[in-house]
This record gives sequence, structure tokens and C-alpha cells, in this order.
Amino acid sequence: MRRGAPGPGHLRVAAPGALVDRLFRRESGRTVASLIRVLGDFDLAEEAVQEAFVVALERWPADGVPAKPGAWITTTARNKAIDRLRRARVLEQKAAMVAGLEALRAEESEPEGLPDDRLRLMFTCCHPALTAEARVALTLRTLGGLSTLEIARAFLVPEPTLAKRLVRAKGKIAAAGIAYRVPEERELPYRLPSVLASVYLVFNEGYSATAGEALVRRELCAEAIRLGRLLAELMPARPEPRGLLALMLLHHARRDARVDAEGRLVLLEDQDRSLWHDTEIEEGLMLAAGAAPDRYGLQAAIASEHVAPRTDWGRVATLYGELAVLDPSPVVELNRAVAVALAEGPERGLELLAQIEGLDGYHLLHAARADLLRRLGRGVEARAAYERALALAANPVEREFLGRRLAAL
Amino acid sequence: MRYMLNIYDDESNWGTPSPEEFKAVLEAYGRFDQEVTESGAFVAGEGLRPVSTATTVRVSNGERMVTDGPFAETKEQLGGFYLLECKDLDEAIEWAAKIPGAQSGCVEVRPVLDTSG
Repeated sequence: MRRGAPGPGHLRVAAPGALVDRLFRRESGRTVASLIRVLGDFDLAEEAVQEAFVVALERWPADGVPAKPGAWITTTARNKAIDRLRRARVLEQKAAMVAGLEALRAEESEPEGLPDDRLRLMFTCCHPALTAEARVALTLRTLGGLSTLEIARAFLVPEPTLAKRLVRAKGKIAAAGIAYRVPEERELPYRLPSVLASVYLVFNEGYSATAGEALVRRELCAEAIRLGRLLAELMPARPEPRGLLALMLLHHARRDARVDAEGRLVLLEDQDRSLWHDTEIEEGLMLAAGAAPDRYGLQAAIASEHVAPRTDWGRVATLYGELAVLDPSPVVELNRAVAVALAEGPERGLELLAQIEGLDGYHLLHAARADLLRRLGRGVEARAAYERALALAANPVEREFLGRRLAAL
Repeated sequence: MRYMLNIYDDESNWGTPSPEEFKAVLEAYGRFDQEVTESGAFVAGEGLRPVSTATTVRVSNGERMVTDGPFAETKEQLGGFYLLECKDLDEAIEWAAKIPGAQSGCVEVRPVLDTSG
């Protein structure tokens, strides 16, 4: 790492700080994953990578940005890890690690060719032997490069709680012998679902904001899509990640139309379609068409109908029916009832809603009922249902929407 | 790595098994034992008599306390165990899923503390 005048291959950019930020997001997961493979130590890997980015922040504004910033970060992080190991001076055990780190050098020239480390890391972080909360936190921390504070904020838990969760999960990975490898084909049926579910959990936390800061939440959606894309690219033979990625893209593409300038919720049918992100919709539609009819693929097919010029509600109802077989839940039944109402009329929808059990405390059940009653001109009952929904809703954006509906009766 | 696979089940389900049921279970365990032994993973394994035969011993300030019964009344009871040598948790989970008791009860997978350094 030289100082002084930028050498050949270095270029000047207007704001190296912003570039470091972007690069951190993109590259830190890759570098952390490679270092964990060699070191078998999450903390050491994370610290070394963080140090490397600090060095980048110090040097790049003066020296210029190296031609291959990603490789530069890996080299610097590797050197930092070697420094730390040497300082620790338990050389006998560490010698093998230093040798492994030296060997990383050969691979650095082409970081693009090393996707497996990230896939490995994803499977380790999302092992079903860890709690769902721990999986999400570990994935965001190691692969997403989010700080514990950022993750804690996103999931509305105190930072020390989240830090403890991470320490416990890393402890279990080491003590219980959770391997750092991509599972074999025959293990995938029990390993892949927990990876997909973790990514979807990150997305949902961002999408269906129960509370919290809007900006952090949008970042979560983008991060989940990044992880989903990674999975789809690294496991091209499996259709499941494609379905998940399609589902997330089709929802996220409508982010700018979902709320208006005042932050109020806009229903799908009232959304300004010119605000949709067309390239994301196109990619989502294409991926959805090639997805498996599993829980994500079916939801992606439903989302595809939602963005179609004319939604075929009969098909949406059928798709929800298939989803209910795979994944029986009253929420799926609720969605099916709404689709049936739009396909066959509000009366039929109300009949189905009346059969749903266990959702009496769920505001959207009452909101759906209220809407169908409103369409049937049963104002008094609609009012009572909106009031019940309003009493149960926590999200301010949704509360505002329900209040508006109630006032319009 | 060594893993202890503890098999838990509700003993009350086992009131009085018919001779056929008993034989079927024994045969299922026989097949598992054979497979796990041939793979080289087997270190040890036993089935236990019901918790009604258990005795719990505590020593507090040098004083020995001996009581009848298991250490805790639980819905499912420890009924047997395997001690296996596996390459990682996934291999241990793979074996755990094959233990006949995993179908009626559950199997707890515990890494064994390695004190060899």
C-alpha cells in the first residue's frame, strides 16, 4: 500500500467517501466470506475487513481509487488479518491460518470467480440450528456489512440485545460444529428453506414496516434483493431462489407508488404506474415465469398478476388456493377471499371471510370485510368493521388510510 | 467431532406395547444400529429403562440427597442415547433424523465438550 502520488491504475473520483460506502456494501460480504473460510473465525474476519475499509477512507481521497477496488480491499483485509494473527503470537495454531491467508493472494486477482465463499457463508449464517432472528442478524452483519446498530434499529431491538444475539449465534456455529460449506444436494430440502426464509424475512421487515425509520427499511428491501440475486446467481440449477427474487422485485418495483407525497398509502388499483420501476418489473415477470410452483413462486405469480395491465382475479384466487394447500394459513385464506370477491362479487368474498378462524385480532381481516361491506352498500356494518380495523392497526400509514376510508363512508 | 444424540419420548405412549409393536421398534433400532456402526460413526449407544426406575442424587455441602424419580418431571423423557463421531452438525442431524424415536418423539443433538485441547 503505497502513499503519495497516485500510481498508474489509480483514478480520481469526485467523492471517494461515497464510493467506499457503496463498495463496502458490495464487496464486504465477499471479502468477509473468503476470510471466514480461511480463518474459521467470524470476528477476526469482520474486524480485518472493517479495518481495510477504514484504510481506504483515509487513503483513497489522497491517493486515488485503485483500479480494482474490490481486490485492493481483500488484499488489505488479508494483511490486516495477518498482522492481527502475528500480534496474537500463538503461532503454532495460527501458522496454518497465515498460510491460508497467503494463499488467498492468488485468488484475489479475480474476485468475481469466487462466489462460493458467499454462498457458503449464507448457508452457515442461515443454518436451521440457529434461531430465525439470529440467522437474519448474522446474514445482515456478515454478508450485508450492516453494523449492529443498523440491524438493531431495523428490527427495533436494543443494540446490546442484538449484539448478544450475534455473539451467541457465532458461539453456537463454532461449538456445535456448524460447517462452513454449501450443503450437498440431498441436504438442500432442509437447508435451503431456512436461507430463503431469512432473506424473505429481511425483505418483509423492510416492506411491511410495522414501525421504524423509512430509510432504514428501504435499505432492508434493497439488501434482501441483493442477497436473493446472489442466491439465484450462485444456484442457477435451483428454481426456488428465482421465485423469491421475482417476488421481491415485483413488490419493490412499486415502492415509489405505494405511498403518495404525503406518505399516505395508495391502493394498487389507484397507483400511478408511471412511478413503477419498469426494469425491475420486467425482470421480476421473467423470473416469475421460470420459477417453481413453491410458496415463493406462487406468490411471485400472484404479484405478476397484480402488475398486469388487467389483473385476472380468478387466476389470483386459484393461485392463493394452491398456496393454501402448500402453506395453510388464515392469512392466505384472507387473501384468497379478497381475490374471490373481486372475481365473483363481494357476497362470495364475505362468505369466505366468515369461515376464516383465528384472525380476529388482525386488522387486515376487518379492513377487507369493511371494504366488501362498503361495496355492497352496507354502510353501518362497514363502519363498524373499519373501526375495528383501526383499533387494531399499528402502522401509522395504514391507520391514516383506514381513517380516510372510514371518513369517506 | 463427537455428538450426543439424546432420544426423548413420552413414555405414557408406551403403556403396554403389543409384542408385535415391541418387535417392530426393536427391529427398527436394529437396522439403525447396523447402519450407524457400518458407517464408522458409532461410538456408543444404549436404551434406558423408564424414568419410574430413576434415582436422582445430589451432594450439597457434602451431604448426599437421594430421591426417587428423574431430575425433573417433563412431558417427554430421556429414553436412550447415541454417541457418534461426525464431521459436522449436518451429519449429526442426518443421523438424528434416522433414529426411529425421532418419529414419535424427538432427538436432541449435543456437541460433546472436547477437553483434549
